[in-house]
Amino acid sequence: MGRVRGIAWYTMLGGLSLVFVAPVVWMLITSFKTADEATRVPPTIVPRDPTVGAYETLFGGDSQTPVLRWFLNSMLAASGQALLVLAVASMAAYALARMDFRGKRIVFALIVATMFVPIFTLIIPNFLIIDRLGWLDSLWALIVPGAASAFGVFFLRQFFLGLPRELEEAAVLEGANSWQIFTKVILPLSKPALATLAVISFLTNWNDFIWPVYVLFSPENFTLPPGLGTLQGAYNINYPVIMAGATLASIPVLILFVISQRYIIEGVSRSGLKG
Amino acid sequence: MVAVKAAPGRGAGLTPYLFLAPYALLFVTFTLVPAGYGLWISLHDWDYLLPGKPFVGLDNYRALFSSSSPVFDFFWQSMQATGIFTVFSVPLLVVVPLGIALILNRSFRGRTAFRAVYFAPYVLGVAVIGVLWRFLLDPNLGAVNALLGAVGLPDATAWTTGLPWAWISLVGVTVWWTLGFNAVIYLAGLQDIPRELYDAARVDGAGRWAEFRQVTLPGLRPVLLFVVINTILASSNMFGQAYLITQGAPGVETRTAIMYIAEEGLRSYRMGSAAAMSYLLTLALLLISMITFRLFRTKD
Repeated sequence: MGRVRGIAWYTMLGGLSLVFVAPVVWMLITSFKTADEATRVPPTIVPRDPTVGAYETLFGGDSQTPVLRWFLNSMLAASGQALLVLAVASMAAYALARMDFRGKRIVFALIVATMFVPIFTLIIPNFLIIDRLGWLDSLWALIVPGAASAFGVFFLRQFFLGLPRELEEAAVLEGANSWQIFTKVILPLSKPALATLAVISFLTNWNDFIWPVYVLFSPENFTLPPGLGTLQGAYNINYPVIMAGATLASIPVLILFVISQRYIIEGVSRSGLKG
Repeated sequence: MVAVKAAPGRGAGLTPYLFLAPYALLFVTFTLVPAGYGLWISLHDWDYLLPGKPFVGLDNYRALFSSSSPVFDFFWQSMQATGIFTVFSVPLLVVVPLGIALILNRSFRGRTAFRAVYFAPYVLGVAVIGVLWRFLLDPNLGAVNALLGAVGLPDATAWTTGLPWAWISLVGVTVWWTLGFNAVIYLAGLQDIPRELYDAARVDGAGRWAEFRQVTLPGLRPVLLFVVINTILASSNMFGQAYLITQGAPGVETRTAIMYIAEEGLRSYRMGSAAAMSYLLTLALLLISMITFRLFRTKD
C-alpha cells in the first residue's frame, strides 16, 4: 500500500470506528456531567464540571430503583445460566456426538428445528409454566428456561465431532467408562469451546430484555435491563443518571468482550455459518 | 464408524439417555411443551385473571380477520409496523455488513482490532443501546440534533416522535447495533472461499467487479441465505428498540407486533388472543423463510 493510499485507508477505517465508538463514549462522558450540563445546547464535549453526582444519585436511589441489587441479580442470573448451560449442553452434546442410540437423528433434528422457532411464540405459554412452578418474579425464571436453548448443544456437538478419537479409545482400553471419558478426556480438551459458550451464554442472559420485563414485577427482583427501563421513566430527562445506569450495565460485558473478543467473534461466526 | 465398532459397549443401553436427560428435561418443559401449550391456549378465551377459560375453537383467529373485532385494527397496525421495520432494515443489514466484511477481508495491520470495534455495539444489550439512543435522539437535548445544527442542517427533527423520523431512528439504531454481527458472519464466509478461485479469475483477466460477481457472491451463497433469513427473523422480533426509544410513538405507529402481543397477553392478560396472534405471526415468518429459501435455490 502506498503512503497516500495508506493514510486514506486508515482515515476511512478510523472514521468508521468513530461511528461505533462515539455514542458509547458519549454515554460515559454524560454520566460524569451535571443534569444541567448534560442538556446544554450546544453540548460540551469535556465535562466543564466533572462530577460523580449521577452515580451517587444512582446508588443512593430509592426503593423503586435499587441499582446495586439489579447488578447483583444480573450477575447471579447470567452466571447461573452460563453454568447450567455448560452442564446440560455438554452432556447432551457428548451423547449426540459420540454415542449411537435409537432416536438420535430425531432428537437432533428436533433440537435444531427449534433454533428457528421465534422466541415470542413461547413467551406466553412459558409465562404460565413459570407461574405453575412458582417462579414468577424470581431469578429462577431468568436462569432455568433459557438454558433449554438449542445453541449450546449444537455448538458443542460440532466441536466434539472435530476432536480426535484416539485419546478416547486409549481411555476405553484402560477400562474407563463413558462418564470418565467425558469428564477426564472430552471436557479438558474442550476448554476453549466451553469458555466460548460460557461467555456467549452470559452475554445473552445479561442483555435479555423482553422476558425479564414481563416475568419480574418487584423492583428488588429486577435485573439491569428492565431496571434501565425503570430508570428512564423515573429520571425522565436527568440523563446523567440514566447514562450512569447504562454504563454500569455495559462495563461487565465490555470487559468480557475485551478479554475474549476473539473467542466471541469466532464462536458467533462459526455457529452462524453452520446454523 | 470403525472407531465406534472398536469400542463396543459405548453408548450401549441407558447411558446415552442418561447423558441427554438433564437437557431433555429443560428442552421438553420450556420448548416442546410450550409450543403445543400455546396452541391450546389460543383455542380458549384465556384470561389469566379469571377462573374460567372457556374453549372457543378458532374464534381468536377469526377475530384477527374480522374488521369488527376490537383487536383487528391494533393487531394489523402492529403487523404493519413490524413489516415496515423489516422491509427497511433487512436490505441495509444484508448489504452494509457485506461492504464492511469486504473491507475487513483485506490484509492490513490492525485488522482484528477494527473488527472488534465494529462488532462491539452488538455486545451491549438492547436496553443499553435503547436508553443511550433515546438520549442521543432527544429532539431538544440530544447530540444528534446538536451535531446536525453545528454543520448547518435542520436541528429540530422529531427523531423519536415524528414520522418518518421515528422509523429512520429505529432502523438506523438497529443497523448501528447489529451490523457487526452480520459482518463477522460474512467475514468467516469470505475466508472460506478458496484463494485459487480468485487466482483463476485474475488469470482470466477479470476486474474487481467481475471478480466480486463471479467468485465472491457465488461463494457466499449459503452464508447469504443464512444472513437474510436470520436478519428477517431478528427484525420481525423487534421489541426493545421501539419499547425504549419511541415507546410506539407517534400514537401507536411504531408499536411492533411483538410489543402488541406482549401487551395484550402479559399486561392485559388476554392470553388466548395474544397466543393466536403469535401463531399467525410465526406462520407468516415460516412462509417468508420458505419463499426466501426457494428464491435462493431457483437462482441456480
